[in-house]
Amino acid sequence: MSAPTSSAQAYAEFVKGLWKENPVFVQVLGMCPMLAVTNSAVNAVAMGAATLFVLVGSSFLVSLLRNHIPKQVRISAYIIIIATFVTVIDYLLKAAAPDIHRELGAFIALIVVNCLILGRQEAFASRNTVKMAVADALGMSAGFAFALLCLGSVREILGSGSLFGVSLFGPNFEPWVVMILPPGGFIMLGLILLFFAWLQERAKARRGASAAQGGA
Amino acid sequence: MGSYIGIFMGALVINNFTLSYFLGLCPFFGVSGRVTTALRLGLANIFVMLITAFCAWALNTYVLPYAPYLNIISYILVIASTVQFVEMVIKKLSPELFRALGIFLPLITTNCAILGLAIFMTNKGFGLGQGLVYALGAGGGVTLALVLMAGLREEAELSDIPSMMRGTAMNLIIAGLLSLAFMGFAGLFSAG
Repeated sequence: MSAPTSSAQAYAEFVKGLWKENPVFVQVLGMCPMLAVTNSAVNAVAMGAATLFVLVGSSFLVSLLRNHIPKQVRISAYIIIIATFVTVIDYLLKAAAPDIHRELGAFIALIVVNCLILGRQEAFASRNTVKMAVADALGMSAGFAFALLCLGSVREILGSGSLFGVSLFGPNFEPWVVMILPPGGFIMLGLILLFFAWLQERAKARRGASAAQGGA
Repeated sequence: MGSYIGIFMGALVINNFTLSYFLGLCPFFGVSGRVTTALRLGLANIFVMLITAFCAWALNTYVLPYAPYLNIISYILVIASTVQFVEMVIKKLSPELFRALGIFLPLITTNCAILGLAIFMTNKGFGLGQGLVYALGAGGGVTLALVLMAGLREEAELSDIPSMMRGTAMNLIIAGLLSLAFMGFAGLFSAG
């Protein structure tokens, strides 16, 4: 494959994770961290960054070693690689940003069982070149971070009346506390998915209408 | 004794793993279509959690003091291999039990509720007895959430719901309402 096509393909792999195959809105993967840490936008960004680090690192390593890992033990090998990167980011955050580490708590360690990450290793990184694997990992984690930020900012605006800790509505705003509590997470993600289903339905109806016109 | 009841009830309803910690959501949405399946998955969960509590205690006592940075890797590996081993033993000793629970074991071994149990138990400094009670409560809580969810979904299947809303969106909103109901337990004990 020549160089320009390969970089075009890498770009395509990157973009698909953002929207068309968005891990949260379309594939509904990685729900546990998604709901647990999105009670504020800052937490959402931190979680997105940590996931990006782990996913890109492990995709890189898995794709580098893809011809050396025996098929029978591949899942265990992937899990060890992922767990190594999770341990690194866990200690890194503890040293660099102890407040955020305390807020996220056990959910940093739980990145290791995020099905999104293992899924990308099995479905993509183990079969593609390093460049493609990193592009795919960057796209997927950017899509994941985007989804986290959507949910996190909506919940923080409604639940505490602020965004990134900056108050938006002044002191007279009565915060909708349930939004930063667990039920708010479930309901808000449900509503966001509903919105996406509506978008898809509408796009399908439009395509159907234009196809009918073309036929007539 | 009182502390044991507190740990059990705390994990069962107040800090329910599924509905207030958001752990183990993949099987929660994936396998909660039928009440009987949900119940079996819940029982398998209790079983794996008890094994996990034991493994985590053993690791915390004998291995991790010497190499604390290995905690995540060792929890995952030891839990997964112990569950696999127990699965083989059950298959040999009681094929019936294996048929009832076996297919779920690989599904929940690397589930966040299981790893979460090991981590929370370690953070709270539980010993073996407290850990096992905590695992029983947490597993019971997951079972409760699964069975309630499955019951609601069986009802919802027969109702007239807009097609757009069927599937994950509706399940999430149902889970949100369940979680809201479970918040009512928060005042049960002062120390959850």
